[in-house]
Amino acid sequence: MKKPPRRSTEDHPLVRVVLSIVAIGFIGLFLVLPLTMVFSQALSRGLGVTLAAIEEPDALAAVRLTLLAAAIAVPLNALFGISASWAITKFDFRGKGFLTTLIDLPFSVSPVVSGLIYVLIFGLQGWLGPTLREWDIKVIFALPGIVLATMFVTFPFIARELIPLMTDQGREEEEAAASLGASGLRTFLRITLPNIKWGLLYGVLLCNARAMGEFGAVSVVSGHIRGLTNTMPLHVEVLYNDYQFVGAFAVASLLALLAIVTLTLKSFLEWHFAEEIAAAHHH
Amino acid sequence: MSLVVESIAKRFERFPALNGVSFNAPRDTFVALLGPSGSGKTTLLRILGGLEFPDEGSVRFADLDWLSLPARERRAGFVFQNYALFRHMTVAQNVAFGLSVRPRRQRPSRNAIARRVEELLTLVQLEGLGKRYPSQLSGGQCQRVALARALAIEPRILLLDEPFGALDAKVRKELRVWLRALHERLGLTTIFVTHDQEEAFALADLVVIMNKGKIEQCGTPEEVRNAPKTKFVAEFLSSAAP
Repeated sequence: MKKPPRRSTEDHPLVRVVLSIVAIGFIGLFLVLPLTMVFSQALSRGLGVTLAAIEEPDALAAVRLTLLAAAIAVPLNALFGISASWAITKFDFRGKGFLTTLIDLPFSVSPVVSGLIYVLIFGLQGWLGPTLREWDIKVIFALPGIVLATMFVTFPFIARELIPLMTDQGREEEEAAASLGASGLRTFLRITLPNIKWGLLYGVLLCNARAMGEFGAVSVVSGHIRGLTNTMPLHVEVLYNDYQFVGAFAVASLLALLAIVTLTLKSFLEWHFAEEIAAAHHH
Repeated sequence: MSLVVESIAKRFERFPALNGVSFNAPRDTFVALLGPSGSGKTTLLRILGGLEFPDEGSVRFADLDWLSLPARERRAGFVFQNYALFRHMTVAQNVAFGLSVRPRRQRPSRNAIARRVEELLTLVQLEGLGKRYPSQLSGGQCQRVALARALAIEPRILLLDEPFGALDAKVRKELRVWLRALHERLGLTTIFVTHDQEEAFALADLVVIMNKGKIEQCGTPEEVRNAPKTKFVAEFLSSAAP
């Protein structure tokens, strides 16, 4: 009996099975199991207790602060990400490589360090501390500090998403628009923006997920004032350290749910607009 | 509207792309910029279109200091090698683009634009394809959409970068004949870049042969063919002969 010839890209069945088991096992162990644990801990004393923990004023304040910080940080980062990737991909200038590297800085610097930098600049003893006190502006231990820290940590997301996409798309369509008489702004609104909208949306969603979840940098600048400057991740830590496990896991579940909603939304959009997305990537 | 190109020089970071290029083209001529790749012909075309700026030299066209005008004020119909159609717009929207981005006072009405688009699509023999997207067209069709889009702005000059480069031999020959006929009909100064000498000689009134950023010879197809001025021209013409 002769075996049918195998395709060159097809590996031995055993290899496939082992690889699949490893991949699924890894995902199960490190992603699904912890997430399930968070939800099951949150619900361990019944849904009523969980909901009560979320409706508690300090928890609600944390939710509000997290959403507010993300609502300010994400649009600003979108603006920055678009301008940076536009400049980098559509123009030639000195120091371009340096700017590209700089954008990656927040990925390589520990968030705690970036938080500390803001304390050193804006804190009472900091560089701008006296000036800010004179004008009665609070940055550290207040909303501005939290927004700044969040922005710093999340600013590469959108630019990183857009730069490869826009590099791939090239400049020809913009050049064509210019030769047809379109101004820079019109070219951006009618040509560049429609071409990058899906990449932009992914970037915004990822940036938002990260902005809501940021712990390290925000932890340094927030001051942990309950009901005032605690974001959701910080509130989770405070509750956990107080041995209020149901509360901690309830808020953690909410945070995880926000992330899951974000990713589901992303997958849904990818699935729904698959054709258009494919067309945007190819000529 | 004659074109006078004088001592254009352009350096890119490492190498000179153009090294003192001058030529004249009387009004309504069909000019071919012919040369091997890297000869600077595309750079010269992009300079004429306002997409690149020379370090030295001047260009006068239609009694204007052509280089002082930004690309969007030149009304130069530029057709790109890979067409550069707006992929998220339909064929009709692509063709209408140049008219629809005019300042309000000079912008034709919606109906007038639609009529003009229809006329242009008929001119390039693409009637009825206005609602398609570029991804649903063949290469030759894309080429003609790009041409219609460039013609929509009533260009003062037509600039074509390897207009038939990406097409197969049969379509290429058909479009070539058609383009020459269109040129006669519209009476526009047309400049096109090619590395295919057969194409250059078949189409152009004036052939400009370039090599390494310099013009080797400039003349009618007969002049160039019968009396190659330099060794390079003689070799270039004989090397690619079928």
